[in-house]
Amino acid sequence: MRLPCPICGDRDRREFYYQGAAVALSRPAPDADAAAWEDYVHLRENQPGDLDELWSHDAGCGAWLVVTRNTVTHAVSGAKLASEATR
Amino acid sequence: MADALTLTATTPCYGLLPKTIGTCVLTETDLGALTSVAPYKQGAAGALKDAHGMDFPAPNRTTGKQGARAIWFGRDMALLAGPAPDAALAEHAALTDQTDAWACVTLSGDDAAAVLARLVPVDLSLAKFKRGHTARTQLGHLNASITRTGVDSFLILAFRSMAATLVHDLVTAMESLAARR
Repeated sequence: MRLPCPICGDRDRREFYYQGAAVALSRPAPDADAAAWEDYVHLRENQPGDLDELWSHDAGCGAWLVVTRNTVTHAVSGAKLASEATR
Repeated sequence: MADALTLTATTPCYGLLPKTIGTCVLTETDLGALTSVAPYKQGAAGALKDAHGMDFPAPNRTTGKQGARAIWFGRDMALLAGPAPDAALAEHAALTDQTDAWACVTLSGDDAAAVLARLVPVDLSLAKFKRGHTARTQLGHLNASITRTGVDSFLILAFRSMAATLVHDLVTAMESLAARR
């Protein structure tokens, strides 16, 4: 499995650290109500198919990436820098 | 004459290198001062050019020449290897002295790329990884910086605390490759 790092190019999966679904990119505002925070902390869709995930290229450039991976086929359809995904 | 109180600095691979196995030679390399250069915003590339006569390296590339190199070292970071950093650079980039933090070795010989192919998950063949190309990647389980410095020579940097592991992994690969020749 290779991930297309936008900085380094295609790299082997073992250079990366996996965090999970890119939930942290949609963090509620600090003053959001309890329902929004419960949704953020506990509730997940967990649907099969394309999923945006956070991976850290910690043995390479060190950037956090948002990688789109199909959870059924493991096909990786793209990656972008997390810093640009949140803008 | 040195007395019992005189301390002598040793290099990271002191007592371990050089090694010649098969067609390959592994030697320790003194790069001079090592300084990480992390630009704040604009201006760092120009300051590096003015102060040291080399461009800021693009990802996976090095600039400069032997004795004074800038090696791409990660996202928005380069490693200045050789000269002490010019004071003017400090206005445009965070400079950190890393001279004693890295074990620096050179692997050279006909089978150098084949030895690294056993340890590194990046294509280091001459067609894909030319002189002046560099990669932050893994060597065995170590995080390393690998730069091609010639047709059959590579500069390898790993954390100093891992110097013995670095040498062990490389020597094991050199020996197993030589045994099959």
